[in-house]
Amino acid sequence: MSHTLWITNGRVVDPANQRDDVGDVYAVDGKIVESLSAEQKKNAKVFDANGMVVCPGFIDLHCHLREPGDRHKETIASGSRAAAKGGFTTVVAMSNTKPPADSVGAIRQIHDLIDRDAIVNVLPTGCLTLNREGEKLAPIGSLKEAGAIAISDGGHCVQNHELMRRGAEYASMFGLVVMDHCEDVTQTEDCVMNEGIWSLRLGLRGMPRAAEDIMVARNVILSAHYGARIHLQHISSGYAVDTIRRAKQRGVKITAEATPHHLSLTEAALKDYNTHFKVVPPLRTEEDRQALIEGLIDGTIDCIATAHAPHTVIEKDKEFDYAPFGMNGLETALPVCLDTLVRSRLISLTTLIDCMTHRAAKVLELDRGTLSPGASADITVFDPEENWKVTEESLASLSHNSPWLGLTLRGNVRATYYEGRTAYPFAG
Amino acid sequence: MTPPANWNRKDLVGIEELSRDELETIYSVASEFKPTLQRSQKKQPILRGYTVVNLFMEPSTRTRLAFEIAATRLSADVITVSGNASSLVKGESLRDTAMNIQALNADIIIMRHSAAGSARYLSKVIDIPVINAGDGAHEHPTQALLDTFTLREKLGPDLTGKKVTILGDILFSRVARSNIWALRKLGAKVTLAGPKTLVPSELKQFGVEVKHDLREALQDADAVMLLRIQHERQSSTHFPSLGEYTSMFGLNEKRAGWLKPEAIIMHPGPINRGVEIDSALADSERSVILEQVTNGIAVRMGVLYLCAQYNAKSRSA
Repeated sequence: MSHTLWITNGRVVDPANQRDDVGDVYAVDGKIVESLSAEQKKNAKVFDANGMVVCPGFIDLHCHLREPGDRHKETIASGSRAAAKGGFTTVVAMSNTKPPADSVGAIRQIHDLIDRDAIVNVLPTGCLTLNREGEKLAPIGSLKEAGAIAISDGGHCVQNHELMRRGAEYASMFGLVVMDHCEDVTQTEDCVMNEGIWSLRLGLRGMPRAAEDIMVARNVILSAHYGARIHLQHISSGYAVDTIRRAKQRGVKITAEATPHHLSLTEAALKDYNTHFKVVPPLRTEEDRQALIEGLIDGTIDCIATAHAPHTVIEKDKEFDYAPFGMNGLETALPVCLDTLVRSRLISLTTLIDCMTHRAAKVLELDRGTLSPGASADITVFDPEENWKVTEESLASLSHNSPWLGLTLRGNVRATYYEGRTAYPFAG
Repeated sequence: MTPPANWNRKDLVGIEELSRDELETIYSVASEFKPTLQRSQKKQPILRGYTVVNLFMEPSTRTRLAFEIAATRLSADVITVSGNASSLVKGESLRDTAMNIQALNADIIIMRHSAAGSARYLSKVIDIPVINAGDGAHEHPTQALLDTFTLREKLGPDLTGKKVTILGDILFSRVARSNIWALRKLGAKVTLAGPKTLVPSELKQFGVEVKHDLREALQDADAVMLLRIQHERQSSTHFPSLGEYTSMFGLNEKRAGWLKPEAIIMHPGPINRGVEIDSALADSERSVILEQVTNGIAVRMGVLYLCAQYNAKSRSA
């Protein structure tokens, strides 16, 4: 018995195919199809998307699902539910689990958990170096064979340039992208926020932009000289955007992402020492934020990624210096970006969806992120005008460390389909 | 004493959020307390029956003692808990420690802590007054209050247009931050001086001057506040050595000659004699360092009195 899905009357936005019109989307047995027969229509599961946007399922190249090791913060089950609720059908999980994903066994264990618990497409990354220590290369080829989609030290940046060069060069032999958290840690020891007027005012240790800029430049140089494929994670500095732009103009094969929080918030949000705003790289200035948006518009920044980093209330309820870095982000990405980027008329709805689907897919050459016939039926339906309040109860994530906690956001996912099946609203 | 109507704060967390009126209120209460310090019968029954807990997570001699003495003069019972003797070393959170102190029916908590923002955090967690005795590099409000109280005694009650130079490690100094806010609110002209690595130029956005040339910084100043070089906080990256610091930025006879003739020399302590200040200069007639210490009692009595009064009033309301 075939499974047929018929989404009617939505505003269908499929940037890969330059489609933006009111119409229907169909899927049969997990694949998008051009049309349904009368017989298929009779048996189809129908969703009336009148007044809503229908688009490819979002793709997040950067999230921390915490399992194995930190099941109190998040699990593959809860994290993939949070993804589905946020409209994401593919998420790339960082390797900083406990144990880290630096062995074939660890990747296999994660795949077992995914097979058992995930309700969307979860793609694990493997470590670049053993134990993410930046000293010896992890078995990159074997990690790929075991099912790693890309290579990353997830939250750690390899400081040794020779090792980074060799690692990225070696990974490129397998067609693997190295995703790097660009941070020169010699400049950020004990630092907890952006360096500038606000760090001076609050008496908190500031991380200079230069710590990011130097590693972004390092990675550009390694890509240029050795053809390594490096993806620059969560860019936050305006200077770094400029460095990437000029590299791309010279033809360097490098890609970059920006997060909803860096696109929407600045360091001024830290004025009350609210640890929900503590993140690395840190929230920076309005000029940096504007530069990131310009980068997104001209393609310097390839895509939007959440860097979803769940932490429990108890872990975050501390003196600012002692709280962990990171923000919950999967479920708030869409409304935050709609508000910051689309309703403010900086980018079109099509460009936003492009940044969250097709452009993200291209970074890792994923065969998803479009509604082309034959593509995987990963579909997100959202009401761009519906308000919802971010509360501990409304979040599917196990953790609630959202900077938007307590606020009402506009734009709500109404249905998420992964391979043609309903991932959200949750069954039962 | 009749409590002033314009003090509406349970806590004293920082100077930045205070108005000029509130500063004046503290000075006026402190100057009423100051003469009582010389009496042989020093105690006043103002906080009789109160329990004041001094929670000192970082080492301190002067500030801790001054708070203990201030609270004792007001007849409160004072208990001091130091960081290495508290259950925070056993992994208890600051919230839990504070909730327990509150559950033990303490009336006021005075806290020193190495983390910036911790006093504000604590003030939101508990209902009793929190007095910040220094939080990381953020604020040390009672120090700035006693410093400006001393300046007003020495230079006159109106500090408008007076040039005050703060010299030393501004970057890591909570004393500097609190003094910048206080002096700006009182209309003084503030110059920050020291090596570029410890006095970043972004500080100009606080409405102050930043100078790395000591002569320019000290020229015609009415007062200079020296800050201790906190060598335990800055490895070796912010300046080459204490010796180099002394030769480039230490205050000595010659450099003190650039100040106005009647200018005063201040220091929050503890002093590193021979590092940021010549030993003889610290003991000279221009130095008001020990008067600052004495004023610290009066000012802290004032702060304890105001916050306790407000809290009692708002609870009974």
